[in-house]
Amino acid sequence: MEWQDEGIVLGARRHGESSVIAEIMTKARGRHLGLVRGGRSRRMQPVLQPGNSVLVTWRARLDQHLGTYQVEPTTLRAAALMESATAVYGVQAMAALLRLLPERDPHPHLYEALGIILENLQDPASAGELFVRFELAMLEDLGFGLDLTRCAATGTQEELQFVSPKSGRAVSREAGLPWADKMLSLPEFLANGSRKSADGESLSAAFDLTGYFLRRHVYEPRGIEVPDARSGFVNAALKALAANP
Amino acid sequence: MAKSVAGPEIEKLIQLLARVPGLGPRSARRAALHLIKKKEQVLAPLAEALAAARDSVTVCTTCGNVDTRDPCTICTDPRRDHGTIIVVEDVSDLWALERAAAMNCRYHVLGGTLSPLDGIGPDDLNIKPLVERISAGDGAKEIIIAVNATVEGQTTAHYITDQLDGLDVTITRLAHGVPVGGELDYLDEGTLTAALRSRTTL
Repeated sequence: MEWQDEGIVLGARRHGESSVIAEIMTKARGRHLGLVRGGRSRRMQPVLQPGNSVLVTWRARLDQHLGTYQVEPTTLRAAALMESATAVYGVQAMAALLRLLPERDPHPHLYEALGIILENLQDPASAGELFVRFELAMLEDLGFGLDLTRCAATGTQEELQFVSPKSGRAVSREAGLPWADKMLSLPEFLANGSRKSADGESLSAAFDLTGYFLRRHVYEPRGIEVPDARSGFVNAALKALAANP
Repeated sequence: MAKSVAGPEIEKLIQLLARVPGLGPRSARRAALHLIKKKEQVLAPLAEALAAARDSVTVCTTCGNVDTRDPCTICTDPRRDHGTIIVVEDVSDLWALERAAAMNCRYHVLGGTLSPLDGIGPDDLNIKPLVERISAGDGAKEIIIAVNATVEGQTTAHYITDQLDGLDVTITRLAHGVPVGGELDYLDEGTLTAALRSRTTL
């Protein structure tokens, strides 16, 4: 068995003294693991940092085997990511999210989204907003997508202001007002057709929204904690946005 | 199954030596044979040294360093600069910095880095004692975070910075750039960018 694909490094775990098991989000084959011989060498360690784009060749005798990777760097962005807290927490938080997906299950749009976000993680104005959209895409791919396009009660696409915590569907201002204290807030930048960009307040509400559904549908049923990197990213993104409004 | 070529004691010695970093099953056999041949000159003193280390080595409750006393020799050394603490991932990093002898200060050993892939979170590291150490008025004015230049290392550095936010200390980190003996042609783009950003006047 042999194939070649482009991918983004999510992480690498030590294996023996000189090798690593690399976890790579590939374009056509999803999250895929493989052994990298000499992965702890001075040449390979900078390449196998999370966030770097690589070209991988995977070989194994049988498809079920772990297999070995031959890795060639294409875009090394890890050093740039390390410069800011938003970027370094962001790459770890997205890697943690992608680990929720089954191995070898293709998600090409998530791969594309990951690449775009990694290029913008150092820009506080767009990093938070893109991350929220990535979390929404993850929820969708895990089978718990939110419907933020029309009101669950009236069907209107105007003035969507809330999200029902039960159904995960948008609710208009008029229909949701009597239950406003029980509803989750829908930030304007996430509402259908909105061209408004996120400010600190709406971004915080968006993090609460995706965090609620990730906790309820993904983390709690699996008995796992929300990764620390997510709260690190949320704090860093809000702080960076406040410093550069 | 492979046949044993020696008694169980020797086989056990080989198995244990093979667990030491840098030694595989074959080199462990060579090492065991060497120890057996040099029983009085090497094996006996080594066994005594191992037993003494087992009985006396302890982890310093202040900084996480390993020593034969608690607090460790570094923490109790009055000649060291008490205004600076270097935060390192592991004891091997502390030893490397001591070899460099660039600064005569105190240390704090984290015991690793935050690693979601290996399931290592903040509670698994020596971060809380560091915050308590600084909060208690340890005399430190500068914290140098000397962790590896990896994404995991830098995530840990940012996490520590967040935890120390609001305390009266300056937090710095090691520079990133061209290593001595390094050739620009072989460096990755990120390191080159970091090196250019941190350029100095000649």
